[in-house]
Amino acid sequence: MSTQVPDTDPLVDAAATEGWIPPEIDGIVHRKSLIRRKPMAVVGAVILLVYVLVAVLGPLFVGDPLTTDPSNALQPPSGDNLFGTDKFGRDVFARAVHAARLDLSIGVVIAIASMVIGSLIGVIAGYWGSWLDEVIMRLTDVILAFPGFVLALILVAVMGNSIPNVVIAVAAAYIPYFIRLTRAEALGQREMEYVDGARLAGNRPWRVAFRHVLPNSLRPSLVQATLVAGWAILTVAGLAFLGVGIRPPTPEWGVMVAEGTPDIITGQWWTALFPGGLIVLAAAAFHFIGDEFGGEPL
Amino acid sequence: MRRYLGKRLLVSLGTILGIVVVVFFIVRVLPGDAAAVRAGPYANEERIEEIRQRYGLSDPLPTQFVRYLGNVARGDLGTSIRTEGSVTAELLRRLPASLELAFYSVLAACLVGIPLGILAAAKEGTVIDKAARVFAVLGSSMALFWLGLLLIFFLFYRLGWFPGPIDRLAVTTPPPPTITGFYTIDAAITGRFDVMVEAFRYLALPVITLAFVLAAPILKMVRAAMIDTLQSDHVRTAKAMGVPWRQVLLRDGFRNALIPVTTAIGIVFGYMLGGNIIVEFLFAWPGVGRYAYNAIQNNDIEALQGFVIMVGVLYVALNVVIDLLYAWIDPRIRLGGKATV
Repeated sequence: MSTQVPDTDPLVDAAATEGWIPPEIDGIVHRKSLIRRKPMAVVGAVILLVYVLVAVLGPLFVGDPLTTDPSNALQPPSGDNLFGTDKFGRDVFARAVHAARLDLSIGVVIAIASMVIGSLIGVIAGYWGSWLDEVIMRLTDVILAFPGFVLALILVAVMGNSIPNVVIAVAAAYIPYFIRLTRAEALGQREMEYVDGARLAGNRPWRVAFRHVLPNSLRPSLVQATLVAGWAILTVAGLAFLGVGIRPPTPEWGVMVAEGTPDIITGQWWTALFPGGLIVLAAAAFHFIGDEFGGEPL
Repeated sequence: MRRYLGKRLLVSLGTILGIVVVVFFIVRVLPGDAAAVRAGPYANEERIEEIRQRYGLSDPLPTQFVRYLGNVARGDLGTSIRTEGSVTAELLRRLPASLELAFYSVLAACLVGIPLGILAAAKEGTVIDKAARVFAVLGSSMALFWLGLLLIFFLFYRLGWFPGPIDRLAVTTPPPPTITGFYTIDAAITGRFDVMVEAFRYLALPVITLAFVLAAPILKMVRAAMIDTLQSDHVRTAKAMGVPWRQVLLRDGFRNALIPVTTAIGIVFGYMLGGNIIVEFLFAWPGVGRYAYNAIQNNDIEALQGFVIMVGVLYVALNVVIDLLYAWIDPRIRLGGKATV
């Protein structure tokens, strides 16, 4: 092992390994292409684009997801049934394509809803501070003491199985993360000069908080939201896998995995492994994007 | 130290009280007829009324809350609606199975995540680092049930290397006498090494499933902490003074990385307390997660609520232990955080 002493400034070193080049030198913009700087994000975005296309256009090109055909049950993948058929003879590919629309929109809606609500509360806590902050933070501590999955689980179990209830329950489990992120950011922003300026210009406190501090405190939450979209898809599918929330025969990836699970130990792998793989790939696409933007300015 | 401990315990008690309040709120106050939910979808009016009487659901909410709080404080998590047994007793009986699974999963995740994190940090920016990063992202976006099914299909169905997803031991093998509740340890203590090996074989697939997902956050935090440490002044000095690189990496680097590892293990255990419902269901593991699954299937809200409170309390208790570990690992914390380096 060599004992080399770095002969350059560690900051420049770090910048070089991150693949970052100062955007502007001599007034000319020097930038590497996005694919060079953030390859994982580009891969994630391309995968997501394919998913969105499938979700929007796919259902027009595949058969009905609910049509059963007992004479054609549990057929392995073939030209007619790309992903094979399940125990009711339904086309797994058609069901998986129809599910894309539901799963993706649920994931995105949960991420956006929890981000919006969480960051509004977070700004209130961070900007006004004092006892309000104390109460809000103690409450988030308590909610964070439950694993998100368990909290969502009991909420759906009590409220009843329906798609809106699943969205509410899972979003509720993620709100505390956004409260924390936005609050931490707002605490710093509160001390900035532009806030004093806005206040001196005669803006009312709520206007300063929501129109000035909030937009400047959103960056970490936006990155987090891409990660949450991935986790939300996993959580919703996990709940459906346990028979909570979205129920059969709705074409949904988690439901499909649950229905296909018994087939695994008799060798019919395609009924569960295809939809499960689609869940993981979708979550990974969101996480590739979120991970790349994690430490850097957008 | 004692003062720190006292303060920490007080805050934790507050959080536990909060947990109980939140669960009560969710279960009793949210819209929906509490008695009807408990009675299940096929119950008639008489059955619903009977449940309402038995569980005191027609009392005013404050009365119910005080009674509930008193019960929880005495360790009574209620009575299961289906089995009519004590929820606390049921959970305690099943806890060792879950803890054994959790212990080996976190251990395996550390054995994978810590070395990979150190390696990624030491080779920062290289292909190895990038591969570790992709691995971490895949771990964080992995669906437990899918990975579990994949393993069951290939390693059990196709190759037959591991037993199928049925229990902690084969039906024909009598479990070892309960000493610690960990089959692997109990079997070893009583000299039944064949049973111990069998227990490990049944543990293998669920442990691999969980460990794959749990290794991701550990890897990430170790890597970040190691990179920070390796850029610090004391590491630079050590390097300048000719301390062998391996020693710098493992002694200076790793000791400083222990703090985030402890944090990661806390997060990971919290995650597992939720994720084990899926894994225990998939592998028919007779632990608390499986109990929660049965409770959901049977609309047994009392049992589910007991499980949720237990998970919350375990998580809080774990965090106290982790905070104490911090103080033990890092003298700066023990001394009250005065020294900020």
